[in-house]
Amino acid sequence: MIEIKGVHKSFGDLEVLKGIDLTVNRGEVVSIIGASGSGKSTLLYCINAIESINKGNIIVDGIDVHDKKTDINALRQNLGMVFQQWNSFPHLTVLENAALAPQVVKGFSKEKAEAIATKELTHVGLGDKLHEYPTKMSGGQQQRLAIARALAMEPPYMLFDEVTSALDPELVGEVLDTLRLLRDDGMTMICVTHEIAFAKEVSDKVAFFHEGLIEEIGTPQEVLDNPQKERTQQFLSKVL
Amino acid sequence: MNLFTPLSWNDTGFILTGILNTVYISVIAIVVGSLLGLLIGFIRAESNKTVNVCLGAILDILRSVPLIIQLILFSTFIGVMGFPLPPFVTGSIILSLYTMAFMSEVFRSGFNSVPTPMIKAARSLGMNYLQTVRYIRIPIGMRAVFPSWIGVALSVIKDSALVSVIGYMELLRTAEQLISRTQQPLMILIGVGLFYFMISYPLSRYGKYIERKMEI
Ligand SMILES: Nc1ncnc2c1ncn2[C@@H]1O[C@H](COP(=O)(O)OP(=O)(O)OP(=O)(O)O)[C@@H](O)[C@H]1O
Ligand SMILES: [Mg+2]
Repeated sequence: MIEIKGVHKSFGDLEVLKGIDLTVNRGEVVSIIGASGSGKSTLLYCINAIESINKGNIIVDGIDVHDKKTDINALRQNLGMVFQQWNSFPHLTVLENAALAPQVVKGFSKEKAEAIATKELTHVGLGDKLHEYPTKMSGGQQQRLAIARALAMEPPYMLFDEVTSALDPELVGEVLDTLRLLRDDGMTMICVTHEIAFAKEVSDKVAFFHEGLIEEIGTPQEVLDNPQKERTQQFLSKVL
Repeated sequence: MNLFTPLSWNDTGFILTGILNTVYISVIAIVVGSLLGLLIGFIRAESNKTVNVCLGAILDILRSVPLIIQLILFSTFIGVMGFPLPPFVTGSIILSLYTMAFMSEVFRSGFNSVPTPMIKAARSLGMNYLQTVRYIRIPIGMRAVFPSWIGVALSVIKDSALVSVIGYMELLRTAEQLISRTQQPLMILIGVGLFYFMISYPLSRYGKYIERKMEI
């Protein structure tokens, strides 16, 4: 379970998160929508401690992420993260990209790491590209590689930050299909997304962010079909 | 008795020693200079402005004072101080530091060429700081600057001829001694030039080849 309690975050004078409360249970898919600059990415970065927080707590499976005594690198193994840009490691093959972290972070043997990597890469449909270099692949393939690379650490939670935003329209589908696959596997996920239809389809909960606060949260039917708040209605009328 | 004797096969060993000494001191300077340069380049890529300005000033001195002056200055200095070193040691120290000054800039831009989001992606997989340096930043950054590295290495091989001024018996000094004995400067110097060309040309072609391959 991920528990976010009263989280505040500022960059200098700019307060980006103004008291976020959100709970994500095991097996749940939570989507976060909202205008650009409302703090969606920042919240994800705070969850796996790429960014620090100023106030509040983030607890993952009982462990306080921002406690100084917490082993951040151990914690991050539980929180797979995929970014808008796929950031393939260009000097490694597809297989080596996905096998690197299990080897150096978990200390697995090369064989074991590559076995896990192969399994995850096959799962996302890259089983025939294992020995290619990612720089030669399409954005959609590289984004699926990024997903498999995160999955190879076998995290119970996955955080997705607008993973289709940088893709050409015709490549969005294959990446969304991969996310559907993970949902069907029962993966716990937080998805920041601009794909409203996709959020409606896969989410258990949808949170609408507005200027650093959760303006409205509920089931996709509640938030997306029958939004109660005026700002949610305005946002949806703009993006739909 | 004839003071001058023509070049003969007996001189082969002598010339070979000169060649080996040139290769020897160049390899030492390139290896030591690259390792130190990697360290300094990393420190520069990681540190704040103050540290960088201080380090930069020292490196600027090494880069802008002509190598031949650094060699003479250093060997004279340690002589005056009363602990002279063999020319090979003096030459290795100065040539390595000189190489380091150039290599550190090469490696620094290599480290800076690795995009921050890529490092964040590696961190998000649970890698710690040193692991990202070892597995991401060094291999990606160093690959990017490999052609420049070859360029610096080549100029070090050529600059190593200057170590002859402090008495190190590398190829040029060997040749000078042969010339004064045989009085056949043209042939000998052409031979020396050919040797430098045979080493430099393939290396620079290789560097160009890699550069072109990386552009694609
Ligand atoms: N490292 C940073 N330093 C300073 N300001 C930052 C930093 N990261 C984000 N911000 C600012 O924080 C605010 C929220 O950014 P964030 O990236 O969380 O928004 P977002 O909701 O993800 O937007 P988008 O939909 O454009 O991705 C923005 O105003 C942004 O400029
Ligand atoms: Mg964002």
